[in-house]
Amino acid sequence: MDTQMVMYEEDHKKILVVIGRLVREANAKAVFVVDRNGQLIAEAGETRGLDTTSLASLVAGSIAATGGLAKIIGEQDFPVHFHQGVKDNLHITMVANKWILVVVFDERSSLGLVRLRVKKATGDMNKVFEDLKKKADSEAASGSSPFAEITDDDIDNLFND
Amino acid sequence: MSFINYSSREINCKIVYYGPGLCGKTTNLQWIYAKTNPDLKGKMISLATETERTLFFDFLPLALGQIRGFKTRFHLYTVPGQVFYDASRKLILKGVDGVVFVADSQIERMEANLESMDNLRINLKEQGYELDKVPFVIQFNKRDLPNAAPLDEMKRALNPHGVPDFEACAQSGTGVFETLKHVAKLVLSDLKRLGR
Repeated sequence: MDTQMVMYEEDHKKILVVIGRLVREANAKAVFVVDRNGQLIAEAGETRGLDTTSLASLVAGSIAATGGLAKIIGEQDFPVHFHQGVKDNLHITMVANKWILVVVFDERSSLGLVRLRVKKATGDMNKVFEDLKKKADSEAASGSSPFAEITDDDIDNLFND
Repeated sequence: MSFINYSSREINCKIVYYGPGLCGKTTNLQWIYAKTNPDLKGKMISLATETERTLFFDFLPLALGQIRGFKTRFHLYTVPGQVFYDASRKLILKGVDGVVFVADSQIERMEANLESMDNLRINLKEQGYELDKVPFVIQFNKRDLPNAAPLDEMKRALNPHGVPDFEACAQSGTGVFETLKHVAKLVLSDLKRLGR
């Protein structure tokens, strides 16, 4: 059971580089990285005015639901999803079976181009996440966590109205 | 699974409201949504049927304030309570950091409460969690109704281990924030414990 995920600034920057490149190379409007539990990890492109928190939660819900469907018909997962709208489209891909890469694109791009660029970006992201996992494992082994330092007072202070 | 982001200095935690159909899980979230400062909340999403029954989940993101320079955000989810939505309930429990069990105090719903509590335990176990080890509180909702079962009877049936419990009437907001604050505190204390 995973209990905690920690993302450090340097890893976050690496992800931003990958998805920033994906926005440009795929002519996408925006790209998001979401974890399977619905937490938004990173975003790039035209994200202003978008409710990114809700987007993350709904994408994770959708992946979870279709993953359930996949198992019913004997598949492990459906790793790629495409939703076509009138103007905007969504391309959703699983990365390392743990993360979800969401690309929002319109008529300035095409499904073929997005697919092609996503494939490359997925490979780059896999490397980042492998590093991240190694780091998390060594942190867990050493027992250090950023939250060991907080006190009961810190927690109580949050709830002082 | 909590998520600590050093880049944006944020901690995100997931709290799930569980309980039998029509016990008031969505009403809890609606009250929290209505009474929270707009700066501290995101949009509430309800994936419901045409008759306002929860189909998949409700979702409400909430910011509580800062701990040691980290913004604490809680993502509140409800599960669909109706028995036949079990597959959806399992999905929503994934990555949970804290659970609120909302019990319906009406005496005729006692069996539904017990069934839902058993279901919670089983579904958590499938995800690798033990209910007794997860930050967990119980809310006895609808205490204002004339057909509410006696409190001690409900505690005996649903809370044999004596986890924190709260009396509530979610429609008028009684007990709603007390429940939320307590489970949030338990989640944060658990983060601290895990950090040691």
